[in-house]
Amino acid sequence: MSALHLLASGSGDEFEAPGLHIFDWGPIFKDGPAWLEWFTKPTLIVILAALVVIVFSWRAFGNPKLVPKGVQNVGEVAYLLVRDQVARPMLGKDGDRWMPFLFSTFFFVLFMNLAGVVPVLQLPATSHIAIPIVLALAVYLMMLFLGIKNQGLVGYFKNIMFPPGLPKALYLILAPIELLSTIILRPFTHAIRLFANMFAGHLLIAFFATVAWWFLAEKLTPLGAGVGLVGFLMTIVMTAFEIFVQSLQAFIFTLLAASYINSSLHADH
Amino acid sequence: MMNLLAATVAQGEEYSPLAPEPAELVVGSLAFAIVLILVGWKLVPAIRKTLEERTEAIEGGLDKANKRQAEAEAVYKEYRAKLQEAQREAGRLREEAREQGAAIIAEMKEQAQVEARRITEAAQAQIEAERQQAMQSLRAEIGAMSVDLAGRVVGESLEDSARQSRVVDRFLEELEGRARTQEQITS
Repeated sequence: MSALHLLASGSGDEFEAPGLHIFDWGPIFKDGPAWLEWFTKPTLIVILAALVVIVFSWRAFGNPKLVPKGVQNVGEVAYLLVRDQVARPMLGKDGDRWMPFLFSTFFFVLFMNLAGVVPVLQLPATSHIAIPIVLALAVYLMMLFLGIKNQGLVGYFKNIMFPPGLPKALYLILAPIELLSTIILRPFTHAIRLFANMFAGHLLIAFFATVAWWFLAEKLTPLGAGVGLVGFLMTIVMTAFEIFVQSLQAFIFTLLAASYINSSLHADH
Repeated sequence: MMNLLAATVAQGEEYSPLAPEPAELVVGSLAFAIVLILVGWKLVPAIRKTLEERTEAIEGGLDKANKRQAEAEAVYKEYRAKLQEAQREAGRLREEAREQGAAIIAEMKEQAQVEARRITEAAQAQIEAERQQAMQSLRAEIGAMSVDLAGRVVGESLEDSARQSRVVDRFLEELEGRARTQEQITS
Protein backbone atom coordinates (compact mmCIF):
# COMPACT_ATOMS: atom_id res chain seq x y z
CA MET A 1 0.00 0.00 0.00
CA SER A 2 2.74 2.38 -0.86
CA ALA A 3 0.28 4.86 -2.41
CA LEU A 4 -1.62 5.11 0.82
CA HIS A 5 1.60 5.53 2.71
CA LEU A 6 2.40 8.51 0.58
CA LEU A 7 -0.92 10.16 1.28
CA ALA A 8 -1.09 9.25 4.93
CA SER A 9 2.50 10.12 5.58
CA GLY A 10 3.66 6.99 7.16
CA SER A 11 2.83 5.44 10.47
CA GLY A 12 1.43 6.33 13.86
CA ASP A 13 -1.74 7.83 15.17
CA GLU A 14 -0.64 11.41 14.79
CA PHE A 15 -1.45 13.39 11.66
CA GLU A 16 1.75 14.19 9.91
CA ALA A 17 1.90 16.84 7.17
CA PRO A 18 3.65 15.73 3.98
CA GLY A 19 7.23 16.90 3.81
CA LEU A 20 10.13 16.93 1.41
CA HIS A 21 9.93 13.21 0.88
CA ILE A 22 6.97 13.62 -1.48
CA PHE A 23 9.49 14.92 -4.00
CA ASP A 24 11.90 12.08 -3.46
CA TRP A 25 11.38 9.44 -6.13
CA GLY A 26 13.59 6.45 -6.63
CA PRO A 27 13.94 4.46 -9.85
CA ILE A 28 10.60 3.34 -11.31
CA PHE A 29 11.88 -0.21 -11.52
CA LYS A 30 12.91 -0.60 -7.88
CA ASP A 31 14.93 -3.74 -8.33
CA GLY A 32 15.72 -3.13 -11.98
CA PRO A 33 19.13 -3.06 -13.60
CA ALA A 34 21.61 -0.38 -12.59
CA TRP A 35 21.55 1.25 -16.02
CA LEU A 36 17.86 2.08 -15.51
CA GLU A 37 18.45 3.93 -12.26
CA TRP A 38 18.05 7.27 -14.01
CA PHE A 39 14.51 6.31 -14.98
CA THR A 40 12.49 7.90 -12.20
CA LYS A 41 9.05 9.46 -12.16
CA PRO A 42 10.38 13.00 -12.77
CA THR A 43 12.45 11.88 -15.75
CA LEU A 44 9.46 9.94 -17.08
CA ILE A 45 7.37 13.12 -16.84
CA VAL A 46 10.05 15.10 -18.67
CA ILE A 47 10.09 12.53 -21.46
CA LEU A 48 6.30 12.44 -21.63
CA ALA A 49 6.08 16.22 -21.77
CA ALA A 50 8.64 16.30 -24.58
CA LEU A 51 6.68 13.62 -26.42
CA VAL A 52 3.40 15.49 -26.02
CA VAL A 53 4.94 18.70 -27.38
CA ILE A 54 6.53 16.86 -30.29
CA VAL A 55 3.47 14.78 -31.19
CA PHE A 56 1.09 17.71 -30.85
CA SER A 57 3.32 19.98 -32.94
CA TRP A 58 3.83 17.25 -35.51
CA ARG A 59 0.08 16.60 -35.82
CA ALA A 60 -0.63 20.33 -35.98
CA PHE A 61 2.24 21.62 -38.09
CA GLY A 62 3.60 18.49 -39.79
CA ASN A 63 1.63 19.07 -42.95
CA PRO A 64 0.31 22.60 -42.69
CA LYS A 65 -2.51 23.66 -45.00
CA LEU A 66 -3.32 27.15 -46.15
CA VAL A 67 -6.88 26.49 -45.03
CA PRO A 68 -6.41 24.93 -41.58
CA LYS A 69 -8.33 21.89 -40.42
CA GLY A 70 -8.63 20.01 -37.13
CA VAL A 71 -5.51 19.96 -34.97
CA GLN A 72 -3.86 22.63 -37.08
CA ASN A 73 -6.47 25.10 -35.84
CA VAL A 74 -5.57 24.35 -32.24
CA GLY A 75 -1.88 24.51 -33.04
CA GLU A 76 -2.33 27.87 -34.72
CA VAL A 77 -4.15 29.24 -31.69
CA ALA A 78 -1.22 28.07 -29.55
CA TYR A 79 1.28 29.56 -31.97
CA LEU A 80 -0.56 32.88 -32.10
CA LEU A 81 -0.82 32.94 -28.30
CA VAL A 82 2.96 32.72 -27.93
CA ARG A 83 3.59 35.04 -30.86
CA ASP A 84 1.16 37.79 -29.91
CA GLN A 85 1.52 37.62 -26.14
CA VAL A 86 5.22 36.85 -25.76
CA ALA A 87 7.33 37.12 -28.89
CA ARG A 88 6.05 40.31 -30.47
CA PRO A 89 5.49 42.37 -27.30
CA MET A 90 8.96 41.44 -26.02
CA LEU A 91 11.04 41.26 -29.17
CA GLY A 92 9.11 43.47 -31.56
CA LYS A 93 10.00 42.81 -35.17
CA ASP A 94 12.51 40.13 -34.14
CA GLY A 95 9.67 38.26 -32.46
CA ASP A 96 8.79 35.95 -35.33
CA ARG A 97 12.40 34.88 -35.75
CA TRP A 98 12.49 33.66 -32.16
CA MET A 99 9.17 31.84 -32.28
CA PRO A 100 10.74 28.35 -32.71
CA PHE A 101 12.61 28.69 -29.43
CA LEU A 102 9.83 30.44 -27.52
CA PHE A 103 7.07 28.13 -28.73
CA SER A 104 9.05 24.99 -27.86
CA THR A 105 10.06 26.35 -24.46
CA PHE A 106 6.60 27.52 -23.51
CA PHE A 107 4.84 24.27 -24.30
CA PHE A 108 7.62 22.06 -22.94
CA VAL A 109 7.48 23.93 -19.62
CA LEU A 110 3.68 24.08 -19.68
CA PHE A 111 3.26 20.33 -20.08
CA MET A 112 5.87 19.58 -17.42
CA ASN A 113 4.02 21.93 -15.08
CA LEU A 114 0.60 20.52 -15.91
CA ALA A 115 1.82 17.03 -15.04
CA GLY A 116 1.25 18.24 -11.46
CA VAL A 117 -2.51 17.89 -11.88
CA VAL A 118 -2.62 14.91 -14.25
CA PRO A 119 -3.87 11.85 -12.34
CA VAL A 120 -1.20 9.19 -11.64
CA LEU A 121 1.60 11.54 -12.73
CA GLN A 122 0.68 14.24 -10.20
CA LEU A 123 4.11 15.76 -10.03
CA PRO A 124 5.26 18.87 -11.86
CA ALA A 125 8.63 17.91 -13.31
CA THR A 126 9.68 21.52 -12.83
CA SER A 127 9.35 21.12 -9.07
CA HIS A 128 12.67 19.29 -9.34
CA ILE A 129 15.25 22.04 -9.59
CA ALA A 130 17.34 20.24 -12.20
CA ILE A 131 14.75 20.92 -14.89
CA PRO A 132 14.42 24.69 -14.40
CA ILE A 133 18.21 24.84 -14.18
CA VAL A 134 18.57 23.19 -17.57
CA LEU A 135 16.05 25.57 -19.15
CA ALA A 136 17.30 28.72 -17.44
CA LEU A 137 20.89 27.82 -18.24
CA ALA A 138 20.06 27.38 -21.90
CA VAL A 139 18.44 30.83 -21.93
CA TYR A 140 21.35 32.29 -19.98
CA LEU A 141 24.03 30.94 -22.31
CA MET A 142 22.06 32.10 -25.30
CA MET A 143 21.70 35.54 -23.72
CA LEU A 144 25.44 35.86 -23.14
CA PHE A 145 26.29 34.57 -26.59
CA LEU A 146 23.84 36.88 -28.35
CA GLY A 147 24.86 39.85 -26.20
CA ILE A 148 28.53 39.48 -26.98
CA LYS A 149 27.83 38.72 -30.61
CA ASN A 150 25.58 41.74 -31.14
CA GLN A 151 27.20 44.32 -28.87
CA GLY A 152 30.76 43.06 -28.61
CA LEU A 153 32.38 41.73 -25.48
CA VAL A 154 33.22 45.16 -24.07
CA GLY A 155 30.12 46.84 -25.40
CA TYR A 156 27.84 44.23 -23.88
CA PHE A 157 29.22 44.64 -20.37
CA LYS A 158 29.47 48.38 -20.77
CA ASN A 159 25.81 48.57 -21.78
CA ILE A 160 24.83 46.47 -18.81
CA MET A 161 26.93 48.27 -16.20
CA PHE A 162 26.85 51.84 -17.47
CA PRO A 163 23.43 52.71 -18.78
CA PRO A 164 23.80 56.22 -20.25
CA GLY A 165 22.12 59.37 -18.96
CA LEU A 166 22.86 59.12 -15.24
CA PRO A 167 25.04 61.22 -12.89
CA LYS A 168 28.62 59.94 -12.82
CA ALA A 169 28.62 59.28 -9.09
CA LEU A 170 25.64 56.97 -9.39
CA TYR A 171 27.63 54.51 -11.48
CA LEU A 172 29.68 53.67 -8.39
CA ILE A 173 26.63 51.99 -6.94
CA LEU A 174 24.79 51.09 -10.12
CA ALA A 175 27.54 49.30 -12.03
CA PRO A 176 28.09 46.48 -9.50
CA ILE A 177 24.35 46.11 -8.92
CA GLU A 178 23.59 45.87 -12.63
CA LEU A 179 26.40 43.42 -13.18
CA LEU A 180 25.25 41.29 -10.26
CA SER A 181 21.61 41.28 -11.23
CA THR A 182 22.11 40.66 -14.93
CA ILE A 183 25.07 38.35 -15.11
CA ILE A 184 24.98 36.53 -11.80
CA LEU A 185 21.45 36.54 -10.47
CA ARG A 186 19.40 36.32 -13.62
CA PRO A 187 19.77 32.58 -14.23
CA PHE A 188 19.08 31.86 -10.57
CA THR A 189 15.97 33.99 -10.31
CA HIS A 190 14.81 32.67 -13.64
CA ALA A 191 15.16 29.04 -12.57
CA ILE A 192 14.09 29.41 -8.96
CA ARG A 193 10.94 31.41 -9.77
CA LEU A 194 9.64 28.46 -11.75
CA PHE A 195 10.95 25.81 -9.40
CA ALA A 196 9.63 27.45 -6.21
CA ASN A 197 6.18 28.03 -7.60
CA MET A 198 5.81 24.44 -8.69
CA PHE A 199 7.39 23.12 -5.52
CA ALA A 200 5.10 25.11 -3.23
CA GLY A 201 2.01 24.38 -5.30
CA HIS A 202 2.65 20.67 -5.22
CA LEU A 203 3.25 20.77 -1.49
CA LEU A 204 -0.03 22.64 -0.94
CA ILE A 205 -2.11 20.18 -2.94
CA ALA A 206 -0.41 17.28 -1.21
CA PHE A 207 -1.09 18.84 2.18
CA PHE A 208 -4.83 19.29 1.61
CA ALA A 209 -5.12 15.87 0.00
CA THR A 210 -3.40 14.33 3.02
CA VAL A 211 -5.73 16.15 5.40
CA ALA A 212 -8.73 14.89 3.49
CA TRP A 213 -7.43 11.34 3.35
CA TRP A 214 -6.41 11.27 7.01
CA PHE A 215 -9.60 12.73 8.46
CA LEU A 216 -12.12 11.17 6.08
CA ALA A 217 -10.63 7.73 5.41
CA GLU A 218 -7.83 6.82 7.75
CA LYS A 219 -9.11 8.26 11.02
CA LEU A 220 -12.74 9.17 10.49
CA THR A 221 -14.17 10.77 13.63
CA PRO A 222 -17.26 13.01 14.02
CA LEU A 223 -15.03 15.87 15.05
CA GLY A 224 -12.42 15.39 12.37
CA ALA A 225 -14.89 14.90 9.49
CA GLY A 226 -15.37 18.65 9.16
CA VAL A 227 -11.66 19.20 8.86
CA GLY A 228 -11.42 16.40 6.34
CA LEU A 229 -14.22 17.93 4.30
CA VAL A 230 -12.46 21.30 4.27
CA GLY A 231 -9.28 19.53 3.18
CA PHE A 232 -11.18 17.75 0.40
CA LEU A 233 -12.77 20.95 -0.90
CA MET A 234 -9.48 22.82 -0.64
CA THR A 235 -7.79 20.09 -2.66
CA ILE A 236 -10.22 20.77 -5.49
CA VAL A 237 -9.85 24.53 -5.18
CA MET A 238 -6.06 24.31 -5.00
CA THR A 239 -5.95 22.00 -8.01
CA ALA A 240 -7.86 24.57 -10.04
CA PHE A 241 -5.58 27.29 -8.72
CA GLU A 242 -2.53 25.19 -9.55
CA ILE A 243 -3.63 24.80 -13.17
CA PHE A 244 -3.72 28.57 -13.32
CA VAL A 245 -0.33 28.97 -11.63
CA GLN A 246 1.26 26.26 -13.79
CA SER A 247 0.09 28.00 -16.94
CA LEU A 248 1.08 31.41 -15.63
CA GLN A 249 4.57 30.27 -14.63
CA ALA A 250 5.19 28.66 -18.00
CA PHE A 251 4.09 31.94 -19.55
CA ILE A 252 6.29 34.06 -17.27
CA PHE A 253 9.29 31.80 -17.81
CA THR A 254 8.94 32.22 -21.58
CA LEU A 255 8.24 35.93 -21.27
CA LEU A 256 11.43 36.43 -19.25
CA ALA A 257 13.42 34.33 -21.70
CA ALA A 258 12.18 36.57 -24.51
CA SER A 259 13.00 39.66 -22.48
CA TYR A 260 16.56 38.42 -21.79
CA ILE A 261 17.08 37.62 -25.44
CA ASN A 262 15.85 41.07 -26.37
CA SER A 263 18.22 42.72 -23.91
CA SER A 264 21.08 40.98 -25.70
CA LEU A 265 19.90 41.86 -29.19
CA HIS A 266 19.61 45.55 -28.34
CA ALA A 267 21.18 47.49 -25.49
CA ASP A 268 18.01 48.15 -23.58
CA HIS A 269 18.91 51.29 -21.69
CA MET B 1 6.45 -3.04 -7.90
CA MET B 2 6.83 -0.04 -10.11
CA ASN B 3 7.85 3.04 -8.23
CA LEU B 4 5.35 5.36 -9.83
CA LEU B 5 2.80 6.05 -7.15
CA ALA B 6 4.96 6.15 -4.05
CA ALA B 7 7.89 8.31 -3.25
CA THR B 8 10.72 6.49 -1.57
CA VAL B 9 9.97 6.95 2.07
CA ALA B 10 13.37 6.12 3.38
CA GLN B 11 16.49 6.33 1.30
CA GLY B 12 18.95 6.88 4.03
CA GLU B 13 20.19 10.27 3.05
CA GLU B 14 18.04 13.41 3.38
CA TYR B 15 16.34 14.68 0.21
CA SER B 16 17.47 18.14 -0.71
CA PRO B 17 15.17 20.01 -3.09
CA LEU B 18 17.87 22.51 -4.07
CA ALA B 19 20.39 19.89 -5.17
CA PRO B 20 19.89 19.04 -8.85
CA GLU B 21 19.68 15.35 -9.65
CA PRO B 22 22.34 14.49 -12.27
CA ALA B 23 20.01 12.08 -14.09
CA GLU B 24 17.36 14.77 -14.34
CA LEU B 25 19.90 17.28 -15.62
CA VAL B 26 20.89 14.89 -18.39
CA VAL B 27 17.37 13.77 -19.29
CA GLY B 28 16.07 17.33 -19.09
CA SER B 29 18.83 18.63 -21.37
CA LEU B 30 18.35 15.85 -23.91
CA ALA B 31 14.58 16.19 -23.91
CA PHE B 32 14.79 19.96 -24.28
CA ALA B 33 17.33 19.60 -27.09
CA ILE B 34 15.16 17.08 -28.91
CA VAL B 35 12.08 19.32 -28.52
CA LEU B 36 14.06 22.29 -29.81
CA ILE B 37 15.36 20.36 -32.79
CA LEU B 38 12.09 18.70 -33.84
CA VAL B 39 9.55 21.33 -32.85
CA GLY B 40 11.66 24.46 -32.97
CA TRP B 41 13.77 23.70 -35.99
CA LYS B 42 11.34 21.74 -38.16
CA LEU B 43 7.72 22.23 -37.20
CA VAL B 44 7.34 25.81 -36.01
CA PRO B 45 9.02 27.26 -39.14
CA ALA B 46 6.57 25.21 -41.20
CA ILE B 47 3.54 26.81 -39.57
CA ARG B 48 5.19 30.20 -39.64
CA LYS B 49 5.65 29.87 -43.37
CA THR B 50 2.06 28.70 -43.80
CA LEU B 51 0.75 31.65 -41.79
CA GLU B 52 2.80 34.05 -43.89
CA GLU B 53 1.54 32.43 -47.07
CA ARG B 54 -2.01 32.73 -45.78
CA THR B 55 -1.52 36.40 -45.01
CA GLU B 56 -0.16 36.90 -48.51
CA ALA B 57 -3.01 34.95 -50.02
CA ILE B 58 -5.58 37.00 -48.15
CA GLU B 59 -3.86 40.27 -49.00
CA GLY B 60 -3.55 39.17 -52.62
CA GLY B 61 -7.22 38.24 -52.64
CA LEU B 62 -8.19 41.59 -51.20
CA ASP B 63 -6.05 43.40 -53.75
CA LYS B 64 -7.61 41.40 -56.53
CA ALA B 65 -11.07 42.10 -55.19
CA ASN B 66 -10.31 45.82 -55.01
CA LYS B 67 -9.05 45.79 -58.57
CA ARG B 68 -12.12 43.94 -59.76
CA GLN B 69 -14.34 46.40 -57.96
CA ALA B 70 -12.56 49.31 -59.60
CA GLU B 71 -12.92 47.62 -62.97
CA ALA B 72 -16.59 47.01 -62.39
CA GLU B 73 -17.01 50.63 -61.37
CA ALA B 74 -15.34 51.78 -64.57
CA VAL B 75 -17.44 49.49 -66.72
CA TYR B 76 -20.58 50.67 -64.96
CA LYS B 77 -19.69 54.31 -65.56
CA GLU B 78 -18.96 53.59 -69.20
CA TYR B 79 -22.24 51.75 -69.51
CA ARG B 80 -24.10 54.63 -67.88
CA ALA B 81 -22.48 57.10 -70.26
CA LYS B 82 -23.34 54.94 -73.24
CA LEU B 83 -26.90 54.55 -72.06
CA GLN B 84 -27.29 58.30 -71.70
CA GLU B 85 -25.77 58.78 -75.12
CA ALA B 86 -28.19 56.25 -76.58
CA GLN B 87 -31.13 57.92 -74.89
CA ARG B 88 -30.07 61.30 -76.24
CA GLU B 89 -29.65 59.80 -79.70
CA ALA B 90 -33.07 58.17 -79.54
CA GLY B 91 -34.66 61.46 -78.48
CA ARG B 92 -32.95 63.24 -81.30
CA LEU B 93 -34.11 60.63 -83.84
CA ARG B 94 -37.67 60.84 -82.55
CA GLU B 95 -37.62 64.60 -82.87
CA GLU B 96 -36.22 64.36 -86.37
CA ALA B 97 -38.84 61.80 -87.40
CA ARG B 98 -41.60 63.97 -86.03
CA GLU B 99 -40.31 66.96 -88.00
CA GLN B 100 -39.97 64.92 -91.14
CA GLY B 101 -43.46 63.52 -90.70
CA ALA B 102 -44.90 66.99 -90.27
CA ALA B 103 -43.06 68.16 -93.37
CA ILE B 104 -44.30 65.21 -95.41
CA ILE B 105 -47.88 65.78 -94.29
CA ALA B 106 -47.70 69.49 -95.20
CA GLU B 107 -46.26 68.67 -98.61
CA MET B 108 -48.92 66.08 -99.32
CA LYS B 109 -51.62 68.50 -98.27
CA GLU B 110 -50.29 71.12 -100.66
CA GLN B 111 -50.01 68.61 -103.47
CA ALA B 112 -53.57 67.50 -102.88
CA GLN B 113 -54.76 71.07 -102.95
CA VAL B 114 -52.89 71.77 -106.15
CA GLU B 115 -54.33 68.65 -107.71
CA ALA B 116 -57.82 69.53 -106.58
CA ARG B 117 -57.46 73.00 -107.99
CA ARG B 118 -56.14 71.60 -111.24
CA ILE B 119 -59.06 69.17 -111.51
CA THR B 120 -61.56 71.90 -110.74
CA GLU B 121 -60.02 74.19 -113.32
CA ALA B 122 -59.98 71.49 -115.95
CA ALA B 123 -63.63 70.69 -115.25
CA GLN B 124 -64.58 74.36 -115.47
CA ALA B 125 -62.66 74.73 -118.70
CA GLN B 126 -64.39 71.70 -120.19
CA ILE B 127 -67.79 72.94 -119.06
CA GLU B 128 -67.06 76.33 -120.63
CA ALA B 129 -65.95 74.68 -123.84
CA GLU B 130 -69.04 72.52 -123.96
CA ARG B 131 -71.26 75.54 -123.25
CA GLN B 132 -69.58 77.43 -126.06
CA GLN B 133 -70.07 74.49 -128.34
CA ALA B 134 -73.70 74.14 -127.26
CA MET B 135 -74.27 77.86 -127.79
CA GLN B 136 -72.77 77.71 -131.25
CA SER B 137 -74.76 74.70 -132.33
CA LEU B 138 -77.89 76.19 -130.71
CA ARG B 139 -77.35 79.47 -132.46
CA ALA B 140 -76.94 77.74 -135.80
CA GLU B 141 -80.04 75.65 -135.24
CA ILE B 142 -82.10 78.51 -133.94
CA GLY B 143 -81.04 80.50 -137.04
CA ALA B 144 -82.05 77.65 -139.32
CA MET B 145 -85.30 77.18 -137.49
CA SER B 146 -86.01 80.86 -137.50
CA VAL B 147 -85.46 80.92 -141.30
CA ASP B 148 -87.59 77.80 -141.63
CA LEU B 149 -90.31 79.26 -139.45
CA ALA B 150 -90.21 82.51 -141.29
CA GLY B 151 -90.45 80.63 -144.62
CA ARG B 152 -93.50 78.78 -143.41
CA VAL B 153 -95.04 81.87 -142.00
CA VAL B 154 -94.58 83.53 -145.29
CA GLY B 155 -95.70 80.43 -147.29
CA GLU B 156 -98.97 79.98 -145.46
CA SER B 157 -101.60 82.56 -145.53
CA LEU B 158 -102.21 83.56 -142.10
CA GLU B 159 -105.89 84.40 -142.26
CA ASP B 160 -107.20 83.55 -138.95
CA SER B 161 -105.94 82.92 -135.60
CA ALA B 162 -106.89 79.27 -135.84
CA ARG B 163 -104.50 78.81 -138.59
CA GLN B 164 -101.90 80.85 -136.87
CA SER B 165 -102.05 78.68 -133.80
CA ARG B 166 -102.00 75.52 -135.91
CA VAL B 167 -98.84 76.66 -137.59
CA VAL B 168 -97.25 77.50 -134.31
CA ASP B 169 -98.32 74.19 -132.79
CA ARG B 170 -96.99 72.29 -135.74
CA PHE B 171 -93.74 74.11 -135.46
CA LEU B 172 -93.44 73.36 -131.83
CA GLU B 173 -94.22 69.66 -132.34
CA GLU B 174 -91.61 69.52 -134.98
CA LEU B 175 -89.22 71.19 -132.68
CA GLU B 176 -89.99 68.69 -129.94
CA GLY B 177 -89.67 65.76 -132.30
CA ARG B 178 -86.34 67.03 -133.45
CA ALA B 179 -85.09 67.49 -129.96
CA ARG B 180 -86.17 63.96 -129.08
CA THR B 181 -84.36 62.45 -132.02
CA GLN B 182 -81.32 64.48 -131.12
CA GLU B 183 -81.51 63.12 -127.58
CA GLN B 184 -81.76 59.59 -128.89
CA ILE B 185 -78.71 60.13 -130.95
CA THR B 186 -76.64 61.62 -128.17
CA SER B 187 -77.60 59.12 -125.55
